[in-house]
Amino acid sequence: MPSLGKSLGVRAALLSLLIFAAIVALWQIAAQPVAGSGPAVDPEYAKLVGAAAATGAKSAMPTPADIGATIWKHLADPFYVRGSNDKGIGIQLAYSLGRVLLGFALAALVAVPLGFVIGMSPLVYRALDPFIQILKPVSPLAWMPLALYTIKDSAISSIFVIFICSVWPMLINTAFGVASVRREWLNVARTLEVGPLRTAFRVILPAAAPTIMTGMRISIGIAWLVIVAAEMLVGGTGIGYFVWNEWNNLSIANIVTAILLIGLVGLLLDQALARLARLVTYPE
Amino acid sequence: MSMFEDPFDPRSLLARCSCGGDHRAADHARLTAQAVPSPAGEEAQWNRVVDAAVLRATFPVDAQRRRFLKTVGSATALAAISSVFPLAAAREAFAQGGAPEKKDLKVGFIPITCATPIIMAHPMGFYSKQGLNVEVVKTAGWAVIRDKSLAKEYDAAHMLSPMPLAISLGIGSNPVPWTMPAIENINGQAITLAIKHKDKRNPKDWKGFRFAVPFDYSMHNYLLRYYVAEHGLDPDKDISIRSVPPPEMVANLRADNIDGYLGPDPFNQRAVYDGIGFIHLLTRELWDGHPCCAFTVSKEFASQNPNAYRALLKAIIDATAYASKAENRKEIAKAIAPQNYLNQPETVLEQILTGTYADGLGAVKKDPNRIDFDPFPWNQFAVWILSQMKRWGQLKADIDYAKVAAEVYLATDTAGMMKEMGLTPPDPSKKSIVVMGKPFDAAKPDEYVKSFAIRRS
Repeated sequence: MPSLGKSLGVRAALLSLLIFAAIVALWQIAAQPVAGSGPAVDPEYAKLVGAAAATGAKSAMPTPADIGATIWKHLADPFYVRGSNDKGIGIQLAYSLGRVLLGFALAALVAVPLGFVIGMSPLVYRALDPFIQILKPVSPLAWMPLALYTIKDSAISSIFVIFICSVWPMLINTAFGVASVRREWLNVARTLEVGPLRTAFRVILPAAAPTIMTGMRISIGIAWLVIVAAEMLVGGTGIGYFVWNEWNNLSIANIVTAILLIGLVGLLLDQALARLARLVTYPE
Repeated sequence: MSMFEDPFDPRSLLARCSCGGDHRAADHARLTAQAVPSPAGEEAQWNRVVDAAVLRATFPVDAQRRRFLKTVGSATALAAISSVFPLAAAREAFAQGGAPEKKDLKVGFIPITCATPIIMAHPMGFYSKQGLNVEVVKTAGWAVIRDKSLAKEYDAAHMLSPMPLAISLGIGSNPVPWTMPAIENINGQAITLAIKHKDKRNPKDWKGFRFAVPFDYSMHNYLLRYYVAEHGLDPDKDISIRSVPPPEMVANLRADNIDGYLGPDPFNQRAVYDGIGFIHLLTRELWDGHPCCAFTVSKEFASQNPNAYRALLKAIIDATAYASKAENRKEIAKAIAPQNYLNQPETVLEQILTGTYADGLGAVKKDPNRIDFDPFPWNQFAVWILSQMKRWGQLKADIDYAKVAAEVYLATDTAGMMKEMGLTPPDPSKKSIVVMGKPFDAAKPDEYVKSFAIRRS
């Protein structure tokens, strides 16, 4: 029934738009500057403080219009470099993406082979299980002081943090995927006298691929969550540093811009891996 | 003038002050300050200084050197040492001031006005004047700047003046010999309270308040503790003090997570600018001329790159001297306000640096000494800081206060450098410290600690 599907899509899009408009409208109303209750101050004093403080109020939340202007300003010139601590938002995003992809790739290099071994051998699975169970729930940022202390390099430390947070979902999913390959398929392979290596690559890997990809998709989501926090902690470059730097300046408009862009990039990463996952899925 | 005596004379002693002079290390700055070499004999004198340094390195034990010289004669000794060490080249390098071993340097800073000399030296060209290509890197917090410095990612760093002492003593980190050749700023901090406390100006009413300071090892922590303790509150029991990175203080004050903070600017003035807090008092009202932040390098960097270290220190002292002049302050505020540096509204920085500021309660106040810049690392400062570490239980062991102070706070180096730059270094023994009306005698730190009723040791 394509017509119903289409109309559902259109209706959903309309509803999304409506929700968006409602949020913006509410925000606009809520962010209207409130006149201060305090006494009027003399002009000399008013010149020295922000507009809100001059009327005795706290500085207000920026309105959606302010945010729009800020977003436009950043998108119009995303790749400028004005000194080592002031780079365009495009460059900052590129730094973060670079770190995430590097840490993620390293994690995949470790997690997939190790997951394979764990999934194929119940002995290794049991032996490594306590380590995995203890290390998995540790917040990745808790590793940061340890990493800085031992690695003695902040750039590598943040990549290490990405590595350590994205390794677990991949490891567990790979092990699970490998362990739950159907017995019949393995038996068929054995009957046909297929070698163990060939079995691994021609039977187990394709069978476990969808589960492995799901693990990767979870991992990249976590990695992207963590990089912002890690960069806020370490500073220097990256979108997390951008957020921290604007927090310094209490510039909410810039922070909201960064939040929207972080969300957008996270969505793109997730979609890219979802597409990859579809490529390796097989119909039963 | 014995600094310039012939080191190849077997009768001379080299192992007194590290400069080779006939005096104790502590007197070095003052005595050599008077030793203005005559222009004609200047080159010969510096040559001897270089020779002495090489010879001392070859024969650390004075008696050995003298025996060696007596046996072989000074001419032979000179020839022998020249054959293994390029003395002529060393003399030449020293005479030229020496090219920096490392030109591309990284200096870390925290975005606060205390770091003004370190920051402004970049846009205003003080580093490039010394032939250095310095990158000033904004850093997120004190623990990170400490770890990045210890990891040698930074060649030099902006720290709080107690930090090099803590690092050298291994309090809160591994012990690594750290040095502080220059103070950045004096004064320049304030106690900021949330607007809702505008009627509670007496610290006796502060029971249960939650305060923030930038770091455990900071003047802010020691001054806040001192202040409330003088008013009869125990800082560990009657109030709570937590360590919060300066940029997060305003946000926390706004969110009502804390009642106030003793923090660095621009965040005191920024709270006023945003209508969140008011300035209760400036720290100069507690101790006029107290040190705050510092320019620090590891001992290793200074000894491995002596020329780069000298050039860097010169740039910092030069910038500090420039910043100390009131007429330059507006220009500086403009230079350090952009996103690349402090990322603050220019008017906020101008109010801090010029000392004509809004107090947050509707009055405009004038205090030209709200913040000042003075590079001289008085050893008395270090002793006072150590005494407070002891008082609040951060420092458990008994230490030789004067020795630690002299090893970390390099008053000698700074005095020598100031002299070279045509500035007049002060007499390092003459510094009186008075905190809230109570004088401090740097010779008796232990008695000072015991004189307080509220203490942890």
